[in-house]
Amino acid sequence: MGKFNKTGKREMPALNTSSLPDLIFTLLFFFMIVTTMREVTLKVEFKVPQATELEKLEKKSLVTFIYVGKPTAEFRKKLGNESRIQLNDSYAEVAEIQDYIIGERASMKEEDQPQMTVSLKVDQDTKMGIVTDIKEALRKAYALKINYSAQSRQ
Amino acid sequence: MAKGKRKCPEVNSSSTADIAFLLLIFFLITTSMDTDRGLARRLPPPPETEDHKDDSDKVKERNVMTVFLNMNDQLMANGEYVNVDQLRTMAKEFIANPYNDESKPEKHTKEIQFFGAVQVTEKHVVSLRCDRTSSYKAYLAVQNELVAAYNELRDELAQEKWGKDYAALDEDQQKAVREIYPQKISEAEPKKYGEKK
Repeated sequence: MGKFNKTGKREMPALNTSSLPDLIFTLLFFFMIVTTMREVTLKVEFKVPQATELEKLEKKSLVTFIYVGKPTAEFRKKLGNESRIQLNDSYAEVAEIQDYIIGERASMKEEDQPQMTVSLKVDQDTKMGIVTDIKEALRKAYALKINYSAQSRQ
Repeated sequence: MAKGKRKCPEVNSSSTADIAFLLLIFFLITTSMDTDRGLARRLPPPPETEDHKDDSDKVKERNVMTVFLNMNDQLMANGEYVNVDQLRTMAKEFIANPYNDESKPEKHTKEIQFFGAVQVTEKHVVSLRCDRTSSYKAYLAVQNELVAAYNELRDELAQEKWGKDYAALDEDQQKAVREIYPQKISEAEPKKYGEKK
């Protein structure tokens, strides 16, 4: 009889959690590596077109981004559905691009300046007019290396 | 009885840290950073004077392949309606001009490292023009085909000469191949041919 009583008191061993921090660190590192830091909050929506002949953008510090697309939902009421340009954190007009590029270039190291690349992240349904205006502005600012951002297509 | 005091042996957890590190390393190796990829292009420098502009317009007709993209994203190359899929072969034929066609770009003999004297269609220009209302997607598809045409030609040449792809060649070899097939895509300012109303 006593035998049964004693079995009832048997405790469940505590789960060893000493390695939990390691697991969490693993996750942390994982996310640190796969996610690229986003420096700007996007105010436009864009879906880049697909292409096959892609090249990698090499040094992130040499790259300036120009986003073009529809305003995001919260701004759509005010601005409508027309494609807009975003530089850094705010909407911009074509006329501002030249100054922006010059400013960005001035903030780079002198030896890097000729290698400056401008990456155009443009929504696939954008009209070419706006893209051409941007290209003209870039030409005037002597930012001749450009990169049309695209997804790879198999 | 002594039997009741039996303890569940603790799991030895000293190696979980190693397992975690293994996981970490695994992810480090297998996940590639989400790199930005895109079609690299080079813009022409801004026109400085008017006379300079006139000069560049004096390209012989046979040396120019005109590609138009209209507001409905329809494509015209050398005066014909074409599909985007056809453009690549057309562009390749135009750039290389393998049969010395009269209507295709003229060839010049040029001394090039590794190859010796080669006939090169140096003066060819692919002129890409679009409407202000054509879509960016179609435009990029056309650009992509043109770049692909060049890349294929360079790859073919590199395969023939060294049995390697263009990307696998060393710098001097790449330069020689580039001299034979220089990339000349001119992006003219768009015209307003008509607007969707």
